[in-house]
Amino acid sequence: MKNRIFLVVFSLVLVCNLWSCHTDPLLQPVPKNTDISFVQPANWPTPNYNFQNNTLTSDGFALGRRLFYDTRLSIDNTISCASCHEQTTAFAQIDHPTSHGVRNQLGNRNSPALFNLAWHTSFFWDGGVNHIENQPIAPIMNPVEMDETLPNVIAKLNADPTYRQQFKNAFGTEEINTQRLQKAIVQFMGAIVSNQSKYDQVKNGKASFTADEQAGYVLFQQKCNTCHAEPLFTDFSFRNNGMLITLDSGRAHITGLASDRFKFKVPSLRNLNFTKPYMHNGSIASIGAVLDHYTSGIVQSPTLDPSLQNQITLSATDKSKLIAFLNTLNDYEFVKDVRFKQP
Amino acid sequence: MKNNVILFSLLCLVLFSCIKKDDPIDAGLSSNAKVTFSNFVGNQPLVLQSNWYLNANGDSFKVNVYKYYITNVKLTKSDASVYTEKDSYHLINEADASSQSFVMADVPEGTYTSISFLIGVDSARNTSGAQTGALDPINGMFWTWNSGYIMAKFEGVSPQSTSTDKTVVYHLGGFSGATSVLRSVTLSFPTSLNIKKGTTPNIHIDGDVAEWFSFPNVIDFAQKPLLMTPGKDLVNIADNYQDMFKVNHID
Repeated sequence: MKNRIFLVVFSLVLVCNLWSCHTDPLLQPVPKNTDISFVQPANWPTPNYNFQNNTLTSDGFALGRRLFYDTRLSIDNTISCASCHEQTTAFAQIDHPTSHGVRNQLGNRNSPALFNLAWHTSFFWDGGVNHIENQPIAPIMNPVEMDETLPNVIAKLNADPTYRQQFKNAFGTEEINTQRLQKAIVQFMGAIVSNQSKYDQVKNGKASFTADEQAGYVLFQQKCNTCHAEPLFTDFSFRNNGMLITLDSGRAHITGLASDRFKFKVPSLRNLNFTKPYMHNGSIASIGAVLDHYTSGIVQSPTLDPSLQNQITLSATDKSKLIAFLNTLNDYEFVKDVRFKQP
Repeated sequence: MKNNVILFSLLCLVLFSCIKKDDPIDAGLSSNAKVTFSNFVGNQPLVLQSNWYLNANGDSFKVNVYKYYITNVKLTKSDASVYTEKDSYHLINEADASSQSFVMADVPEGTYTSISFLIGVDSARNTSGAQTGALDPINGMFWTWNSGYIMAKFEGVSPQSTSTDKTVVYHLGGFSGATSVLRSVTLSFPTSLNIKKGTTPNIHIDGDVAEWFSFPNVIDFAQKPLLMTPGKDLVNIADNYQDMFKVNHID
């Protein structure tokens, strides 16, 4: 009798174990790599998004991360958010002036790096999206990106019991809806903070600049800080920085104002080492070439930013010092942070 | 004995799980008001995808999609006190009869003389992130590329249209400043609305699609067949449709 009970129990354990081989690894007890919190770094401004109506939890973060890396968000299950936003390149896409969407389509703009998004006041190069929670559904529905519909995405996620369980873990019930999808992805995206560069260590008194870096920092404060304001290295404004005029009207596409033509959101200068090529259309391949643009390549047009009317004056030595400083803005920790890796 | 205990426990579980909590709104005690929207083109009832109509410019048209948001609904009493519906967001969709009426719960008893609401979604909800229910972007009334709700949507066909495949498409969005297509509407009741416990009077509101295209701005389908970005053209239509509703009767 005892043996029979043992056999039954043993078989049950065996079946459960076999079953667990097929369940999602994320359903295992929460591992260390989802220990997540959102802390405002010292001397940084108050974030624009503070998770007040979207409490950041390990379960919500893990769900958001899984969604971010899931190709099922695209119509033919080929493209995930991470396809164009890779962690190793600061969640930009290296060597792609513009990224590839479903059916081998090319996008119109350079996929931006994703970090410190909680401080952003708008999203996309033209700032068309006014709230971080409304960002994730835009690439999902964009015909040249993922080209999927919300009903399809929700049906695909609902068909996967491990997702239903994760939505329950994160939000209390198994219901999967647009709002929960948006909030979960933002728990991942919004929690990505890059503040461990050498610059940050210098500011926190834990390191010091070399002579060249320091000289570059002084040049930066004289020539670049107006738009690329510390400590986020962008003022989140829209400006025409003198690129060649193309069909893409930038901010004017959103506002309809002629005065906004060819203006794009000022990108952060953090993590430049990972995020080439540069500019909204990915048309400049190196940092040196970006500096050359500002000293000798500015294209005049009615909406050109006033600060660039006379270009920027930098000698060859200035440029190398400036580049030395810009290299202190690379955060080698967050690009390999296990919490942000594909699960 | 053990089996009996287990059985009894199970029985208790089954029994208790069957006992439902009382419905919080007791039909006998609550005082409600229902609002029903009926859409017309001029005097003819709107029928999607079949009937032909004429606009003020003399263009003929058929309607395939017709949806609009009614939000922030308020009822005003004869003594000027106001009932404000909580979480008041309704998407009226001509293709879905169940969407065309809604019940407002717990309206204080008394005599009401007018109803007011917004056509469209207030700017606060356009700027506060992920929404659900009537405001879920899954309803196809949200612009992902230029955040904000499509307050009202008209899609149809017209032989006068100059677009390829003769479509006429007006997506009215824009919630701030000069490009706002939000319009606030106040309608007096032809007979007073008496709210008392145990009854749900129904306020029948008629909307006229023809108003979109007639006054003060005559819309020419040949000139402007497709309008889908915030700006003056959409504001012109909003100035037209703000007068499209009237209360037919209350019963």
